Amino acid sequence: MTHQFTTLSEAQKRELHETALRIVSPGKGILAADESVGSMAKRLAQVGVENTEENRRQYRQILFSADDRINSCIGGVIFFHETLYQHSDNGVPFVKMIRDRGILVGVKVDKGVVPLAGTCGETTTQGLDGLSERCAQYKKDGAIFAKWRCVLKISETNPSRLAITENANVLARYSSICQQHGIVPIIEPEILPDGDHDLKRCQYVTEKVLAAVYKAMSDHHVYLEGSLLKPNMVTPGHSCPTKYSPEEVAMATLTALRRTVPPAVTGVAFLSGGQSEEEASVHLNAINNCPLAKPWVLTFSFGRALQASALRAWRGHKENEKVATEQFIKRAEANSLACQGKYTGGDNYGDANQRTYGSCHAY
Amino acid sequence: MTHQFPSLSPEQKKELSNIAQRIVAPGKGILAADESTGTMGKRLQKINVENNEENRRCFRDLLFSSDASISNCVGGVIFFHETLYQKADSGKLFPQVIKDKGIVVGIKVDKGTAGLNGTDGETTTQGLDGLSERCAQYKKDGCDFAKWRCVLKISDGCPSALAIAENANVLARYASICQQNGLVPIVEPEILPDGNHDLQRCQYVTEKVLAAVYKALSDHHVYLEGTLLKPNMVTAGHSCTTKYTPQQVAMATVTALRRTVPAAVPGICFLSGGQSEEEASLNLNAINQVPLHRPWKLTFSYGRALQASALAAWQGKAANKAAAQEAFCTRAKVSLRGHEWLSLMMNRH
Repeated sequence: MTHQFTTLSEAQKRELHETALRIVSPGKGILAADESVGSMAKRLAQVGVENTEENRRQYRQILFSADDRINSCIGGVIFFHETLYQHSDNGVPFVKMIRDRGILVGVKVDKGVVPLAGTCGETTTQGLDGLSERCAQYKKDGAIFAKWRCVLKISETNPSRLAITENANVLARYSSICQQHGIVPIIEPEILPDGDHDLKRCQYVTEKVLAAVYKAMSDHHVYLEGSLLKPNMVTPGHSCPTKYSPEEVAMATLTALRRTVPPAVTGVAFLSGGQSEEEASVHLNAINNCPLAKPWVLTFSFGRALQASALRAWRGHKENEKVATEQFIKRAEANSLACQGKYTGGDNYGDANQRTYGSCHAY
Repeated sequence: MTHQFPSLSPEQKKELSNIAQRIVAPGKGILAADESTGTMGKRLQKINVENNEENRRCFRDLLFSSDASISNCVGGVIFFHETLYQKADSGKLFPQVIKDKGIVVGIKVDKGTAGLNGTDGETTTQGLDGLSERCAQYKKDGCDFAKWRCVLKISDGCPSALAIAENANVLARYASICQQNGLVPIVEPEILPDGNHDLQRCQYVTEKVLAAVYKALSDHHVYLEGTLLKPNMVTAGHSCTTKYTPQQVAMATVTALRRTVPAAVPGICFLSGGQSEEEASLNLNAINQVPLHRPWKLTFSYGRALQASALAAWQGKAANKAAAQEAFCTRAKVSLRGHEWLSLMMNRH
């Protein structure tokens, strides 16, 4: 703690900071299209499509052939490794298709969760081995940001102290390595919505987890201005009997972030977790309208919440491609409005009554 | 880390948050008048005044009985224990004099530094014993906030990991106890300007120290919206050969704070350390003009930088009281708003 040793030059810091700013430019968020082969199996199974490399390529093509309307909605796309090296039907590399529209290319670099022995089903995330070399290669291949997902869960005994510190540490190691290669790290400490805990419990756990994450970032000398955070929104557990309004979710989320995320962090791009497309947009909108000062951009990094309708419309049939792409564009535009607090909602959101956020002292 | 146990009710949180907001209301800062008896001795010695209880009372009376308009610039006053129970010439207790002006009363609650064995002259701060009972009493006696000073220093081997962790922990314990008793804790992790280190070094150390402080506050379940931070500005060491402009000091300071202090903290009140009145004001002014988003209020908690001129003008003589008060009022106005504002105000009349 006594002496500083150089981590990044001024030029490297500037590059990282500017990249981060571009990803979360006003009105823009991130398309998380980085589902692993295993995750894609689940998605494709839901629409009766076989999980082959070709089908995965065709599906991503549906998203990437969206027209210019998404240029003002999407600042970055997160790729899975396989997809980074795939092409469109016309032989155009996906990376090129995305970059040519001024959208930045990111890549998921973690290698999935592994169990933490002696805990109650908790995990850490692997992928640090050779990460430096992989980052250098990804940078050459067109990626300028990366993503790494850690997972925590809430239960009677979880998250444990070990799970919190171990995941915070591995996120910080990953971030440090990325930045050495001019790659902006997206830091994702996802707290799963599984369980019957209430909103307050999720807020409490989120605060503890994020405090540990940013202490680890400090310990590992990570340049915060050149990083982004991808947290869960603060929500009750899936099986919680109490229902909360979007404003309550927004207040709990923003309060937790204000207590833990340093203002120097360039942007916060929420994951959608298990939320439906509409729910996620409505919540993002409420967050951006919450009457508490927000020192960072608050936007989206959605997977399912951008793709669910597109996937359902496609069902693996070539003739459905255009309709499917249209569904994706619709959600992209909705979330672009939501991250500016201007989303008036889909079918169920309706009325223009003043939304009440309540007192922040109750959180 | 799994379950939350109640620490404060919503009403308690609201009270703490309101007090903090009042102290750092727009345009206002803190007068640190909490010099211990020993420290007052040093101040009074400079103007050849004997360090006795009456003289200490006299000087504080001079400051506290200044024109009521002082409440436009001063949101809170930090008292030393002795002073809390002294009276103005008018016979009114000092806390009442301050409260009557609409200014919040605070109290220094630490009991000074204690050595950390095995370190290179580093310290922690004591005062936790019976702190809860003392806080309850201070609240009854008119206080709404408290202050606790920890000290760190920069050298080849300092600050050590132990010094950082121990001081962060003791600050968090203090903060937690204060809040239980309705007192807003001002958290002061002062990094001394002694040494020849440059601006970057101070910034680096400040970032490490503050990151540890806020992790400790989180671990101890402290309600950030009901606290204030009293840090050093980021400056080069006293013996550093390079000179930096107020803009450089300001940028280094705000950058360090943005990387470590959560937006939930309502206000940051800088200590003046060894800076002159002029230096402290120029730096604070520059800090408030840095073109980076600053989600907390940035103001002052000055001792010497508000009192030096007044002390010099007073010289221990009753006849100089008015002049001394004038000097004090001027410093208070200039500290936050700068010279341009002051000349503007003066030209209006």
